[in-house]
Amino acid sequence: MRIAEAWRVAVDALRANRLRSTLTMLGVVIGVGAVVALVSIGTGTKHQIEQQVEGLGSNLLIVVPGRLDPGAAPTASTLTMDDVDAVTRVVGDRSRVAVTISSGETVRSGSRSAYASMQGVLETTPTVFVRRLDRGQYLTRTDVTTGRRVAVLGAGIATQLFGDRDPIGRQITIGGVRFRVIGTFERLGQSLGVDRDSEVHVPVTAAQRLLGTDRIDGLAIRAPDRDTIDALGAAVVAALVKRHPDTDFSAVTQEQILGVLGDILGVLTGVLAAIAGISLLVGGVGVSNIMLVSVRERTREIGLRKAVGARPRDIGIQFLLEAVLLTTIGGVLGMALGVTAALLVDRLTPVPAAITWWSLTLAFGVSAAVGIIFGVIPAQRAGRLDPVVALRTE
Amino acid sequence: MTSPDAIVADEVTRTYELDGVSVPALRGVSLTVEAGDYLAIVGASGSGKSTLMHLMGALDRPTSGRLLIGGRDVATLSPAEMAHLRNTTIGFVFQSFHLLPRTTARDNVALPLVYRGVGRRERRARATAMLSRVGLGHRLDHRPNQMSGGEQQRVAIARALVTGPSVLLADEPTGNLDSATGESVLTLLESLDGVAVVLVTHDRDVAARARRQITMRDGLIVS
Repeated sequence: MRIAEAWRVAVDALRANRLRSTLTMLGVVIGVGAVVALVSIGTGTKHQIEQQVEGLGSNLLIVVPGRLDPGAAPTASTLTMDDVDAVTRVVGDRSRVAVTISSGETVRSGSRSAYASMQGVLETTPTVFVRRLDRGQYLTRTDVTTGRRVAVLGAGIATQLFGDRDPIGRQITIGGVRFRVIGTFERLGQSLGVDRDSEVHVPVTAAQRLLGTDRIDGLAIRAPDRDTIDALGAAVVAALVKRHPDTDFSAVTQEQILGVLGDILGVLTGVLAAIAGISLLVGGVGVSNIMLVSVRERTREIGLRKAVGARPRDIGIQFLLEAVLLTTIGGVLGMALGVTAALLVDRLTPVPAAITWWSLTLAFGVSAAVGIIFGVIPAQRAGRLDPVVALRTE
Repeated sequence: MTSPDAIVADEVTRTYELDGVSVPALRGVSLTVEAGDYLAIVGASGSGKSTLMHLMGALDRPTSGRLLIGGRDVATLSPAEMAHLRNTTIGFVFQSFHLLPRTTARDNVALPLVYRGVGRRERRARATAMLSRVGLGHRLDHRPNQMSGGEQQRVAIARALVTGPSVLLADEPTGNLDSATGESVLTLLESLDGVAVVLVTHDRDVAARARRQITMRDGLIVS
């Protein structure tokens, strides 16, 4: 029998049992839809985080005490501004070095208050990271060297404290100490789960005095280009280890951060897809079940086809195609469902979703494979039916 | 085909195994169906006539003995070769017609040609010609449930003949038909040229019209 003919017979058989075919397909539709939607959400989340890490600025080196190991406990910092000077000498350009000491503080203006992430920084922060001001100006080198009590507010803090009024030149208190607002940042939104609009930048010297410490949490360096980034990182770490023989330091690049995050999200996406895959498997069992019922129901037809010359193979292919048709049509509908669900999630919730061709191709391939795998047993059973017995069946 | 005999059975037996018990259905049957023969097999139910017909139709294999269909020994054939033999050499007509439901008369008749790899256009042409020959040229696109019993059996005969077989095996072809309709179906079978007709029936009147009669009892030919 020609394959085209077998397709026609399979389509006719599915049409003859429209409701049953539809219900059987539904299992596959839901399975494929779930795989496509969940993989899209996983991929979308991964893309978003990658963009945010890249959005920090290019060729960044982040230097922190301790080893880079997601499982390790954070190491208390022993870095001071003298270390920063040493690092600056290694880098050879002060404008490429940024530091931070951060602390959660309550910020007040008049009767209003907000909880902010106070960041003690150098004036170099906007050149090392990508930060744009909305109004006013950023900290100057003089602000940092003299420990002047000036602050640049994140967009969220500015709104909470001042509403629509212009905050420039106004007084605020951070941890009870007066600061003058000299600038506000552009709105950034969330990054890696942190609300970056609740940051308040003050000179690192002022922050240290406020917190009663001479430490800093860590520093960041913008390497001149990608090729020197690793060598620079090693040189900086070596200089720091020389000054602090008892402490490990790590210089981490964006690629390494992305690598670690990518691994975690990849595993997460895989787990989601596997869970969805289970429902696809259940759908496949449903197809197998219905095909067995169909073989039994159409025993007479099988007998007749055999009597007029159908080989076991012809009958087997006919039933196999029927199963494959069920799962591939279900697969296409499931892809449509999954894409729709992903788009809706992307549009209506903060969760991002990205539809990828590989997930669609994979879902379709898997649904066709499910049809073949779960269609084989019923098809073999049909092909091997004894024509004498089959013809006698009423 | 060098052998002029369509079917040759030589001491053919067929024993079924039912729940571990051996039930002999045929106990040594020898029979020759010549080309163009018109043969009736009669006997009570359980006499083995249906088993014999299944064997002659290459639907089943003998337990022992030699059975040649179209000159080929069925013992040496694979299931696929048996299917090919049924497709090319044998035509079946059943008591209950066995037409595919929801399928037009023309597509029912064309079905055996599907398994011979004949293209759609030629299948339809040959099915149409064959339906005209059995007097149903006006019923091409009717479905089985839109036709009378006699018409359905004519469609079944057209289907049996469309491949140009050398033997037509008819199992109680008039069993589900009233006598007038049955008469016309028999007349049609008798009018066929160049094809041996083997009629299985328990109706003595039907059998009497055949050129020769074989009577079976308890798995043996008794006359």
